[in-house]
Amino acid sequence: MLTISGVLQAKIIAHARADHPDEACGVIAGPAGQDRPERFIPMDNAERSPTFYRFDSMEQLRVWREMDDRDEEPAVVYHSHTATEAYPSRTDIAYASEPGAHYVLVSTREPDETEFRSFRIVDGEVTEEEIRVTADGTAE
Amino acid sequence: MAIEIRIPTILRTYTGGAKSVEGSGATLADLLDDVESRHGGLQARLVDDAGLRRFVNVYLNDEDVRFLGGLSAPVKDGDTVTVLPAVAGGTR
Repeated sequence: MLTISGVLQAKIIAHARADHPDEACGVIAGPAGQDRPERFIPMDNAERSPTFYRFDSMEQLRVWREMDDRDEEPAVVYHSHTATEAYPSRTDIAYASEPGAHYVLVSTREPDETEFRSFRIVDGEVTEEEIRVTADGTAE
Repeated sequence: MAIEIRIPTILRTYTGGAKSVEGSGATLADLLDDVESRHGGLQARLVDDAGLRRFVNVYLNDEDVRFLGGLSAPVKDGDTVTVLPAVAGGTR
């Protein structure tokens, strides 16, 4: 199950809407080993594409080093699909390399509603999970 | 001579869980050969027939090795090599 604050969920959705029709992507960092998404880190989609996303390699190094320095882990890795459903694609599964992360998929294919779903992707296997949205805001 | 290679979570199965390993060599290619001799299978996750795998980022100190000559990038004692699988995906 993914437990995430309403504030963070709203930030992910806003990012996806802002970048539509390109795929949006990012990370929510949290204290290592605690499965607690806290710090919202929107990333640039270096592909700038409506059908593919990729973190810029230098930005990824900076963010991963920063998480390491702060004893954090990527609790959530999110990205959006802009014309298809919010479900991990074959490439999403192939490139999922953080076995401890919740993979959040958002779909902005409909203008009036945004699909928001969460998955674990481990060893090529996708498992959808429940999402519990909490009312409290969390510190960034 | 020691060069540190920082290993991402997903590749620590090749290093017995170690977050970093040490090796030596004059180039990144030599270094990976050296590390492979103690951690078999790791090299194939980083390198294919065309060179460094496309969706694995390898950094030498603060730079992406793609801009330093890739596998022929010279390395020296005290350098740190960092491996990070690319975060990527798409519609299909």
